[in-house]
Amino acid sequence: MADELGNQIYTLHVNGDTREVRDAWVGESLLHVLRERLGLMGSKGACEQGECGSCSVLVDDELVCSCLVMAASAVGQRIVTIEGIAPPGAPSDVQQAFVEAGAVQCGFCTPGLIMATHSLLERSPSPTEMEIREELSGNICRCTGYGRIIEAVQRVAVGRRGDA
Amino acid sequence: MSTTETFNDTPAGIGSAGHLGRLGDSALRPDGIAKVQGTFEFSGDLSADGFLWGATLRSPHPSARIVRIDLSGAWKINGVEAVITAADVPGVATYGLISQDQPVFASEYVRFQGEPVAAVAANHPDTCRRALEAIVVEYEVLDPLVDPERGIDGSHPPIHPDGNVFRHQRIVRGDQTLVGDIVVEGTYELGMQDQAFLGLEAALAVPDPGGDGVELHVATQWLHEDRKQIAACLNLAEDKVHLVLGGVGGAFGAREDISLQVHSCLLALRTSRPVRMAYSRQESFLGHVHRHPCRIWMRHHADRDGHLVRVEARFVFDGGAYASTSSAVLVNGITHAQGPYKCENATVDGWAVRTNNLPCGAMRGFGVVQACFAHEAQMDKLAAAVGVDPLEVRLRNAMQTGDRLITGQVVESVAPVARLIRELAAMPLPTEPVGGSDGDPMRLPGGAGRTADVAHVRRGIGWAVSIKNLMYSEGFDDFSTARVRLADGVATVKFATAEVGQGFVTLAGQIARTILGVDDVVLDRIDTQIGSAGSTSASRQTWMSGGAVDGACRLVRERLFEHVGRAHGVDPLRLAIDGTDVVDTMGALRVPVAEATAGLEIDETFEHHHRPTEDLDELGQGNCHTAFAFAAHRAVVDVDPELGLLKVVEVATVQDIGRALNPLSITGQIEGGIAQGVGLAVMEEIIQTGGKVRNASFTDYLLPTFLDMPDVRIGLVEEPEPQAPLGAKGVGEPPTVSSTPAVVAAIRDALGKDLTRVPVRPTDIVF
Repeated sequence: MADELGNQIYTLHVNGDTREVRDAWVGESLLHVLRERLGLMGSKGACEQGECGSCSVLVDDELVCSCLVMAASAVGQRIVTIEGIAPPGAPSDVQQAFVEAGAVQCGFCTPGLIMATHSLLERSPSPTEMEIREELSGNICRCTGYGRIIEAVQRVAVGRRGDA
Repeated sequence: MSTTETFNDTPAGIGSAGHLGRLGDSALRPDGIAKVQGTFEFSGDLSADGFLWGATLRSPHPSARIVRIDLSGAWKINGVEAVITAADVPGVATYGLISQDQPVFASEYVRFQGEPVAAVAANHPDTCRRALEAIVVEYEVLDPLVDPERGIDGSHPPIHPDGNVFRHQRIVRGDQTLVGDIVVEGTYELGMQDQAFLGLEAALAVPDPGGDGVELHVATQWLHEDRKQIAACLNLAEDKVHLVLGGVGGAFGAREDISLQVHSCLLALRTSRPVRMAYSRQESFLGHVHRHPCRIWMRHHADRDGHLVRVEARFVFDGGAYASTSSAVLVNGITHAQGPYKCENATVDGWAVRTNNLPCGAMRGFGVVQACFAHEAQMDKLAAAVGVDPLEVRLRNAMQTGDRLITGQVVESVAPVARLIRELAAMPLPTEPVGGSDGDPMRLPGGAGRTADVAHVRRGIGWAVSIKNLMYSEGFDDFSTARVRLADGVATVKFATAEVGQGFVTLAGQIARTILGVDDVVLDRIDTQIGSAGSTSASRQTWMSGGAVDGACRLVRERLFEHVGRAHGVDPLRLAIDGTDVVDTMGALRVPVAEATAGLEIDETFEHHHRPTEDLDELGQGNCHTAFAFAAHRAVVDVDPELGLLKVVEVATVQDIGRALNPLSITGQIEGGIAQGVGLAVMEEIIQTGGKVRNASFTDYLLPTFLDMPDVRIGLVEEPEPQAPLGAKGVGEPPTVSSTPAVVAAIRDALGKDLTRVPVRPTDIVF
């Protein structure tokens, strides 16, 4: 459906809600629409070409760079952003572990890494260190040198095994 | 005075000592939960009702004369609200940190690819893009100056009214004709490194209702210096320009200079509407200063036992088109030419030169990265010439407190160089063989490409040691300000210190809790409504702003003790803080701070200044630096000599930190600093040909990923620094300074080959 200016009107399923996107130029990326039209500022843009992973979200459970996905092409798919991981003030185990392990400095890469870590641990509950490195290598962090992030991921894996 | 292995350090959890940590604890970040949940507001996330987008038109040429600018096409586009050029700058036309030589917008000449020429404000980023495309600029393309030697020898005409040389400085000390029994020589080169912070330049400028002032929310390293430069360009009094720190996504030096600050304020004042500006990654590469490319010749003279007797050096720093901090980077480089070693005689010639390459300025290590890469290669050559181990030659020359630099300055700082080397040498080496024991190709050079033949891969070990000055130099009155209010058991702390990710917000709370005996610390907004904190750079904020918060807390505590002493008839000098209580050290009195401060408000402000420094004289002599920190690095690298690929297996380090105020934060600074050092050693370089940038993207500018970054083994030497307010030295820069030469030394060791340039490229390994 198009409005009088030829712009598309479409709905997206984001974090369990149905959100209508109006007056949007059809070429807008999912990242732009999430941030600028739906007010979900947690996903970050840092390279705009899928190299850094800061904009990572889940689309139908698949980890994608939202800067590389056209928003209008995600109609009918389940989108989960950092805002959909856990309610404010009640962080997930991954989020908590990142803080406690010192995996956060400037924090700009962090939302994307949280998404990537949740995705990894869903698919592989007890990853080896090399598996963590390989799986998260699409997310660049410039502050930490990655050591504390690996530590955080390992702590969650251990914690989840303990809970089971 | 212990060495702490923090490799497996387990910090306290939230809710226990974590949030409430005192000095020495691994307290957790107060902004951590917001950052992991995506609710922390970075400067690029800020918005305001009715805002416009701003965007910048940049020169496609590294050197050209502007013949004509036609803005009419941009004005015709629906949604465009402002189009501005140099003619619209109401105040000073140029800015700069040390000398003001960089135009807000180019008007007559463009001097680097990416120099701003015009800016627009419009209703959508895409409208901005179309408006920029519609601006016609006619250029007369000129022959760019890209070789700094042509700036020195005068064979290229001046490309700026201030000339082609930013600064020439010599260091002449002692015997100028001395020739050692052993002489080693080399020429070294470093490419241009980008800070590559993740959070791109972004700002929100909001005009005052009357249009006579502006509030700028911006990611920066130094709010007050920005304000000074912005106000001058806007022709406004400084009190009409308010700066608020927008959340900063990393800095590493690149946010010390102005980028979009003046442009966004101009557009907001012109349109009377809030303006958001946000750089793309490509624009960020062009729009901020970088680490200076540098060419260094060195000749070391030593006696037969390898004791240094004289250092000769020539440094040429390519500063790019505008001055930024080039003159200070130059001084840092040349005054660290001897490294952390005793040396009585020196002949050093240093140049910082203007070219039509990208402007260079501050990046973590600030000139010392360049010097260290050269002097550490030289120390290895010296060891080989003497016939001793690389560590032995360093131990024989190790600087101690009380030794003199080649500037004549006495090193008064704690200088545990020999201890760093010995403790590093005692650290275990990686036990895994080349390729690991599980046959996983990811452990080999080339990784998933499965290109390496294990039998041909060679492992090398390399060492490097560094000295790095802390704080500002050459007479700058460097200070930081903090204000602390204590009421009802809650401390509120205010400062203008830029939190860029390093964790000063964590440390400020630790200081206040420790000194004042409170659990609740509120950090006020970081803005210009208090005196300057100076820049978050030069490894200085723990010392400087830590000193300011500590000083303000001590003033408050003094008044608290006076109050408690009066109320209970006890001499205030007998009172102390124990946990969260005020206690009488000679009696039974114990009053909780919360109770003692009920209905009371104590409010104190403190400025911490470090001791004065001096300019260098004509011969490069003078007490120009404040203090020093030292670090030692060992790298283990596996190299595939056939394909020129490599894998950095491990970097081990022992660092002189004074005192560990937050072991977890220190681990983060060290691991992150090493990552940037590894990046410079083996992959990171902005490539320019004829002044044109070839790789301004994260696809083409390579950064270390999880797979490139080695394991890091850390040892800390804690010998409290008497000069430092908290006994702690800054820890941010040393990890970046000597990790690069250690990695390159390991590659040389693997190949038995002289490598003189970073980043080391596959062709350097194979051919």
